[in-house]
Parts: sequence; C-alpha cells; structure tokens
Amino acid sequence: MIPMEHYLIVSSVMFFVGIFGFITRKNLLAVLISIELILNSVEINFSVFNRYLYPEHLEGMFFSLFGIAISAAETAVAIAIIINIYRIRENIDIRHIDKMKN
Amino acid sequence: MNILSSFVIIPFVMLLALFFCKGMKSIRTVMVGGASLLLIMACVVTGLFLTNDHPAGEMLFVADTVWYASLHIHYTVGVDGISVLMILLSAIIVFTGVFSSWHMPREYFMWYCMLAIGVFGFFISLDLFTMFLFYEVALIPMYLLIGVWGTGPKEYSAMKLTLMLMGGSAFLLTGILGIYFTSGQSTMNLPELAGIPIPLMHQYWIFPVTFLGFGVLGALFPFHTWSPDGHASAPTAVSMLHAGVLMKLGGYGCFRVAICLMPEAAQELSWIFLILTGISVVYGAFSAVVQTDLKYINAYSSVSHCGLVLFAILMLNRTAMTGAVLQMLSHGLMTALFFALIGLIYGRTHTRDIREMGGLMRVMPFAAVCYVIAGLASLGLPGLSGFVAEMTIFVGSFRHPDLFHRVWTFVATCSIVITAVYILRTIGKILYGPLVNEHHLSLTDAAWYEKVSAVCLIACIVLLGVWPSAASQMIMNSLQPLIELWKL
Amino acid sequence: MMEYTLLIVVIPLLMFLLLASCGRGMRGQLAGWLGSLGMSAAALLSYTAAWHYFTGVGKGEESYQQILACSVEWLRFTDKLHIDLGILLDPISVMMLVVITTVSLMVHIYSLGYMKGEKGFQRYYAFLSLFSFSMLGLVVAPNIFQMYIFWELVGVSSYLLIGFYYTKPAAVAASKKAFIVTRFADLGFLAGILLLSYYTGTFDFAALTAGEGALVAGSMAGVSFMGLSAASWAMALIFMGGAGKSAMFPLHIWLPDAMEGPTPVSALIHAATMVVAGVYLVARLFPVYFFVTPGVLQLIAYLGAFTALFAAVVAITQTDIKRVLAFSTISQIAYMMVALGVSGYSGHEGLGYMATMFHLFTHAFFKALLFLGAGSVIHAVHSNEMSCMGGLRHFLPVTHITFLIACLAIAGIPPFSGFFSKDEILAAAFHHDQFLFFLLWVIAGLTAFYMFRLYYRIFRGEERPYEHTPHESPVSMLVPLGILALLSCVTGFIPFGKFVSSDGSMLVIHPEGMIALAGVVAALAGIGCARFLYRKANDRPAQIATRLHGVYTAAYHKFYLDQVWLFITKKIIFRCIATPVAWFDKHVIDASFDGLGRGTVKLAGAIKGLQSGKVQFYAFVFIVSTLLLTLWAFFY
Repeated sequence: MIPMEHYLIVSSVMFFVGIFGFITRKNLLAVLISIELILNSVEINFSVFNRYLYPEHLEGMFFSLFGIAISAAETAVAIAIIINIYRIRENIDIRHIDKMKN
Repeated sequence: MNILSSFVIIPFVMLLALFFCKGMKSIRTVMVGGASLLLIMACVVTGLFLTNDHPAGEMLFVADTVWYASLHIHYTVGVDGISVLMILLSAIIVFTGVFSSWHMPREYFMWYCMLAIGVFGFFISLDLFTMFLFYEVALIPMYLLIGVWGTGPKEYSAMKLTLMLMGGSAFLLTGILGIYFTSGQSTMNLPELAGIPIPLMHQYWIFPVTFLGFGVLGALFPFHTWSPDGHASAPTAVSMLHAGVLMKLGGYGCFRVAICLMPEAAQELSWIFLILTGISVVYGAFSAVVQTDLKYINAYSSVSHCGLVLFAILMLNRTAMTGAVLQMLSHGLMTALFFALIGLIYGRTHTRDIREMGGLMRVMPFAAVCYVIAGLASLGLPGLSGFVAEMTIFVGSFRHPDLFHRVWTFVATCSIVITAVYILRTIGKILYGPLVNEHHLSLTDAAWYEKVSAVCLIACIVLLGVWPSAASQMIMNSLQPLIELWKL
Repeated sequence: MMEYTLLIVVIPLLMFLLLASCGRGMRGQLAGWLGSLGMSAAALLSYTAAWHYFTGVGKGEESYQQILACSVEWLRFTDKLHIDLGILLDPISVMMLVVITTVSLMVHIYSLGYMKGEKGFQRYYAFLSLFSFSMLGLVVAPNIFQMYIFWELVGVSSYLLIGFYYTKPAAVAASKKAFIVTRFADLGFLAGILLLSYYTGTFDFAALTAGEGALVAGSMAGVSFMGLSAASWAMALIFMGGAGKSAMFPLHIWLPDAMEGPTPVSALIHAATMVVAGVYLVARLFPVYFFVTPGVLQLIAYLGAFTALFAAVVAITQTDIKRVLAFSTISQIAYMMVALGVSGYSGHEGLGYMATMFHLFTHAFFKALLFLGAGSVIHAVHSNEMSCMGGLRHFLPVTHITFLIACLAIAGIPPFSGFFSKDEILAAAFHHDQFLFFLLWVIAGLTAFYMFRLYYRIFRGEERPYEHTPHESPVSMLVPLGILALLSCVTGFIPFGKFVSSDGSMLVIHPEGMIALAGVVAALAGIGCARFLYRKANDRPAQIATRLHGVYTAAYHKFYLDQVWLFITKKIIFRCIATPVAWFDKHVIDASFDGLGRGTVKLAGAIKGLQSGKVQFYAFVFIVSTLLLTLWAFFY
C-alpha cells in the first residue's frame, strides 16, 4: 500500500504550486486554474485522511465531493465574471483589475 | 406607565409629529406644545418629589424593564433630588431654547427633539448601560446641529466636538465595562452597584478612566478645547442646550458614576483631578479676559464655571457637593441666558466681535438689561443664582481639613475677581459707551419670543438666587447615603 | 416688638422693584416723588425705631442690649453653619439707620431738582432705592455673611450709579474700576469669612464678639500659617474688605474716579454711607480685633494715619472740586479708622470707638452737605474745575452759606459738629499714641486748609466771565442743603457717648480743654493760610507750587498710583497673564488636539497603501502571515 506521506507530498506540491500561481500569474484564467489546483490539493487531503485514518467514516469523502461541486460552481461564476471583464476592458490582466467600481 | 418615561416619550412623539408638519406654524405649535408639556411634567415631578415623604437619598418613581437579559441590561428609571433638579433644568432650557430658535426649519427641530431624548434619558436612567446609551444619543445630534445649522467654521467645530466627546465616551465605556466585570455581581443597576464594593485595585484604574470620560464633557482642563469652538459655531439654541444641559451631563456623570461607585478611589485620587479642575477655573477665567468674540468669552467662562462644578465634586463633602449641583443649575440657567442674548445680538448686528459693537444699551434696552443681569449673575451678585452656588462651593471646599485643599480653594476663589474683570469689560464695551456703528441705530429690540425666553430664564435665576434653600435641601438629602458611607 | 424695622429695609426694595419694572412707563417726576416718598417713610420709621430703641426697648440697666428684631434661615451649609437673614438692632446699627435714611432722603429730594430732565430719571431713582436697600441691609446684618451679601449689593449699586451716564466712556471706566478694585478687596473679605467660619463654626456677630472674642481666640488658638496666627490672617483679610470699601491706601484709587457719577450719588454713596462700611465692619468686630488680634488693630491705626495724611496732601493740589472732596472723604474716613485703631474697650477706654462713630455720624451730614453744595455750584456753572469758578457768593447766596457751614464743620471750628467729633478723636489718640496724635493734629490743619482753599476759590476771589449768569438752584435742591446745614450745626451737641460706646454702656464725655484748643488752633492756622493764599487772586500759590515742584507735581498726579493701577491691570494682568494664557490655549492645547487629528489623518494616509485592491498582494500577505503564525505556533 502506498504510504500516506506520498499522497500528502503530492497534495502539498499541488497546493504550493497553486499558491505560487495565484500570487504570481497575471492572467485571470491562470489565477483561476491556480485556485483549482489549491482546491484539488485540499480535496486529495480530505480523501486521504479519511481513507487512512478513519476508514469506517465517510465524511472526508463527502467533503471532497462538496468541494468538487463548489469548485465547479465557482469556476462557472468566475469564468462568467472574467468574460464580462474581458468584454468591458478587453483585457484580463489582474493588475488592471483593482477597482470594485465600473 | 412610569411618569419618568414620559420625558423620553414626549420628545419622541414630538419627533414623530414633526414628520407630518408642514409650514412653520404647525412646527412651532408642536415644539412649543411639547416643550411646555415637558416643563409641566418636570414641575409635576418636582412637586411629587417634594411632597413624597421618603428616606433621604432614596430613589423615587423607580421602574425596571429587562431590555437585554443576557448582559443584564435593564431599562431602569428613577430619580433622587439631584436628578429631579437636573430634569427641571433641562426642561426649562429645552423650553426656552425653542423660543430662541424660532425661525429654524423642521429638520433642525427633529434633531433638537433627539437631543432632548438623550438628555432626559440620561438623567432618569439608573442603569449604567442605558445611561451610556442616552449619553451617546445626546452627542450625535450635536454633530449635525452644529455642522448643518452652525456659523463660521462649523464643520471643523462639529467634528472636533464630536470626536473629542467620543474619545471621552471610549474611556467611559471602558470604565463601565470595568465596573460591570470587576464588581463581581452581574448588574448594571446603579443603586445596586453603589452597594457593592469594587475591589480597590480595580477602582484605581476605573475611577480615573470614568472621571476623565465624563470630565471631557464637563470641560476638564486640558480637554476643554472643544468647548470654545463648538459653542462659537453652534446655533443659538444648541449653544444654550449644550452649555446649559449637556455640559452638566459631565458633572452629573462624574458624581453618579465615578464618585458614587468608587468612593474609596475618589478619596485617594481626587487630588490629581483637583489640580486639573483648579487650573480650569482660573485658566478659563483668564482666557476669557482677552477674547474678543462674545461666544468665546462665554465659552471660556463656562470652562471656568464648569471647572468649579468638578472642583467642588472632588472636595467630597456634603456642602461642596451641594454647591456643585447648585452651580450646575445656576450655570445652566445663566449660560443659556447668555447664549440666547448673544444669539439675539448676533442676529441683528451680524457680528460677535466686541470691538465692533458699542452703546447697544441705547438701541436695544431690553436685551442689554438682560445681558447685564446675566453678567451680574455670572460674577456672583447676591440675589442671583451664581452667588448661592459659589458661596456654597467655597464654604464647603474650605471645610476640607487638608491644607492643600484649602490653599487651592483660595486659588479658585480668585476667579471671582477675574470673572468680574471680563464680564464688566464685555458689558462696558458692547452695551455702554457711545455707539460705535451708525448702522446699529436702526436695530430693533428683542421680539416677543426672544423676550419669553429671556424673561423665563431670568425668573429662574432670581428664584434660585433668592430662595435657594429648597433646592439646597433636596440636594443635601440626596447626598445622605454617600455621606454616611464616608462617615463625614 | 421692633419687627416693624423690617419695613425700613423692605420699603426701598419694593420701591426698587416697582421703579425697575414699571419705571419706563412712568413720568420722570412721578418716579422721583415715589422714590422720595418711600424713602421718607423709611426715614420716619427709622426715627421711630431710634426713639424706641434708645429710650425704651434697647435700654438695659446700665448699657444697651442687642435686639434681634427678626431672623430667618436663608441657606444651610452644614448642620452648624447657616446663613440667616435678619435684623440686628444695637446702638451703632440704629445710628446708621438714622444716618442712611436721612442722607438718602435728602439726596432723593435734592435729585428731583438736580437730575431734572436727565434721560433715565426713573432708572436713577430705581438704583438709588436699590442702594438704600442694600446699605440698610448691610448695617442691620446680624451675621457676617449677611453683611457680605449686602456688601456685594452696595458694590453693584455703586457700580450702576457711577456708570449712570453710560454713554460717557470715563464714567464707564470709573464704574468698572470701582467695582473691580472693591471686588478684589472683597476677595480678602470672603477669604477672611471662610477662615473665621471654618474655625468658629458660626457667622454670627454676637457669637463671634461675645466674651471678649473668646470663641475666635479659643477655636483658632495655635493655628498659624506662614508665621502669622490664623486669627490674624482672618481679621486682616476681613479688614482688607473694609479697606477696599472705605478707600484705604492703596485700595483708595477707585474713589476719586467714582466722582464721574452724578453728584448726589457721590454725596450719598461715596461720602456719607457706603464708604464708611469698612469703618462699620471693623467697629462691628471690634472686640475681636481688640482682644484677639491687637496687632491687626495697630496696623489699622497706622495705615489709617498714613492714608489720612496722604489723602490730605493730595487734596491740597487738586483742581476738580469733586476730587478735592473725594480725597477729603478718604482722609476723613482714615481719620475714623485711626480712632478705632487707638481705641480701647469698655468705659472711657473705648473713647476712640465712640469718637469714630461720632465722627462717622457728623461727617455723614457735613460731607453730604459739601457734595450737595458742590453739586449746586456745578449745576450753576456747568463745570467741575475750580478755574471756572470764583466770586460765586453773590450768585448763589444759599449755597454759599450752607457750604461755609459745612467747611467750618469739617475744619473743626466750634460750635459746628465736626469740632466735637474731631476733638474726641484727637483726645483718644493723645492718650494712646502721641505720634499718631501729632499726625492727626497736622491733618486737622491740612483739612482746614484745603477746605478753605476750596471755599475761597469758589465763592470768593474774582468773578469769572461766565457764559450765562450763574443762578441759584431750585427749591428742591436748597431745602436739603438747609436741612443738612442745620444738622451740621446741631449734631455736635448730641451727648453721643450716652448712646454709642464700645461696650454699650452709657458714657459722659467731657471735652478736654487743651486738646480742643490745639485742634482749633490747627484749624484756624489752616484757614488763615488759605485766606492768605486764595482770598484774592495772586501768584503766591503758583510760586509755592514752583518751589515745591517735585512734591507738588507728584501730589497733583495723586502720587502716580493710578498709573501703577493701570500698569498692573493693563500690563501685568492683561498683557503678561491673560494674553499668554489665551495664546497657550490656542497654540498649545488646542493645537495639540488638532495635531492629534492631523496625526490620525497622516497615519491613515500611510497605511491606506496597504489596501491596494490588488488581490494577489492580499493573498501574498495572507499566506505569508499564515506561515509565520504556523511557524510561531510550531516553535512555542
């Protein structure tokens, strides 16, 4: 059986890659993808802990499912916002989006 | 329903009624009617209080409603002799203030009612938190009343006044929470708290914090600087109410909360504040000597006189404290009269600079005579209220066994000479002498509504000055429990 | 039994209220007549009271007793200490009642003519009534606090009356000065009262003076402050109040300026009644001064002697006739103070006390007469300056005669009243302190000199080219002059010692021949000098003035004390204290709070850059802080 640490290493890598992407990328879509990476890493963690530590329960799995659903919804909303921003400003560079107005 | 609650309900009803008013006539009807009702109620309460045979110092007309149970906040009302007098004072000034702001618009009066709610609520509350709530209710309308309807640098003054007083109430809130949590009993009820000794260690920080919090409103040196600018910019009736009543909230609060709840710390620490208030008294008087703006003169004079209130409270004996409350009454009436007259003069001459006025006695004799009477009351002429209050304070303060206190009393006494200097200087400049400005010849004397307000206030000043024993007796009785506590 | 004396005080008050509230609607003369009527009622009542008191009610076995005609508690301070308002009748207060109501009535009547046609006639009478009320309340005070109350009230009435011509800047300034100087003195009075009442626990005169001031001596024994005993402090401070009202050096500066008021007011307030309040106060507390603080009494004697001499010297050089009279008043009141200072207690030892009261009594009449006469002269020539007068005796025969009588009285020529009272004072001084006697003797000569200087320059000498012929005053003014002249002639014959003495006993006073002779010689010498110098216009006075150049100029400028006063008020109080205080308030305290506000704005400006709106920056800060927190949690 693959030891739990391996999963955790993968999820940590994914998490920090996501963080790094979130902070450094200038393209909104890339930022969105980074957020997905973070969320997915967290979901991996949920599943793994559930599977290894409390195999008789299913809460972690459910939580992952919820997470997936939420991230799907969130992506949909985010893409919609990004498309709207693009329509208005013809640009999805995050540095230019610092005003709540307009 | 409790009779005291009517003091909060009547202004509230007035406020609602003003929504439906159109035209000056209906507004004035509502305001004059409501204010008269308040005055009548205040007289009724005073009468009931005097005829009610009760042990000295007991609260009367107590009513208690739970308001927010989990924090033990109640809406508790009740009065003793001191609060009755304060309510009477507030009612008189609210009443006369209406006449002094005859031409103001509806929104002004709505905030005015709001202010009245706060003031009355404060004086009738026996619950620490409700008291604080009403205190804040009284402060906020001040900002708008000055900021919108004021004169001169009104935004600046309004902002300064509000921020400084809010700063004070931040201290106050800390103090209130301190009292609530350190008293060990979960209660905000003042009489109950007075019976619970707060640990001395905590008293040492709660007393200064609360005293300072209320002291800001009582124009304690060096936190008085909101007062000259605020008064100078405020419209007439707001100055009247502010100097006449709101500044009394400070003195009253210092007494009710800081001294009554923490008597031990008060005895230990009073000397610090005594120095500050002593400075206030003399310093305010000296500052007034060189001012050229009528309202500034009066504002600094208020600093001096209100300083005397706090000064006397800190002497911690019955006579001096009685004097302090008398001084609150006297100063409230007299300063309201001053501001009413200054508003009257300013409304006609369009200047408050004493160098640009002169010989007004010939032009507006009624206003001028009233001004002289106000001045004489301020400098302590026997037969007017100022004398009674000041003498009670001086005699009381001098009874303190400590030499420092007595020497300091002498210093405060000197203010009566300086007061004479600035009052006579002002009177001599603006009322006497030859006419300075030819245009002033065409000015009119006071209109009937201004006369109502002035005559009303003068009558009260004379009444208190000639027959002080009733008021003084009421106050002395209310101080009984405190005195027994100190074994003085 | 003497309750009706309450009316003496209350009638003027009612008159004041009536005239102050409805006076404006009245015709001027009506207000005047009403005021005079009220005052005559009060005067009649006080004569009745005096008759009752001295012949029946007050008379005990051997001495007069004090009667508390009525008393109500006005304000309670502590269980023990309370202010009562009441009426105390004893020889000196009854005497004062008579003096005040008489002079006040004369002034009321006189003013009907003198103030005729003035604007504010009703106001004038209202203030006169207010003053009479306050002064009457002062003298009947049974306790020191009531005295203080009315003391302040007379101060205010005096302020209002001096400033009667309120459009005249000089009058406004004078009224202000009078009030502030006396207020300053009253501060001492108040402090003294506080001290005294703190230790003795009472305001009551009877309790304070009982048993040779035993209460004061007992309760204040062993307490001292800065090397002086508390009792001395208290009594000296109380005397300070008296010195202010009675214009003792250096607090006299307000009195000459107070002459800006209408002349009848000067006669009433600044000659006959209010200015002797200080003497009256010391007399009231005399047993305390004498037994408990003899040092203070000594001080009073010497200060009085100095003031008397000083004022007499200044009076010689003044040219404004009212100012001459003002300085003369200062000098004469100081004379009374000296007599109190040298007095003993009980029986013939208390000669000085009795002499003081006697002089106070006679002085009130002849000084009021002098002022009213001066008013009549001013009325005729419309000027206060001596240089505008001369040879008026042909134009103003009645004024001339009455003025002459008053001058003879004040100079101390028998058989006029001043002779008798002054003689007692000299005798009292002679038996106590020869040096003071000598001083007083010299002052008596000086007094005669300056009074006759005044007389000769007004009524004798050459006639001036008057713009319109001076005319004698109307009857309403002449009648009071006549009555007062009569009083100046006869009051000296009253056996005063039988009525007033330090301990209430009845004394029989025998004039001492040598001292009386000495006094008369001094007076005659003074009159002779004045006659020599001023009877006819000549250059002798000018020559003397040139020869004594420095002294003369200094005296003419009242020894520059007014300049000192101006320096203290304008330069020190205004420029050196009040202005810096106001500056400090504006530029330090106010500015520091403004600075607090500005600092908050600055701080907000500095940290608002953090709230950039850049999401990635937020995220970065968030993550870094989370990491740091985690690390911190991990290591601790």
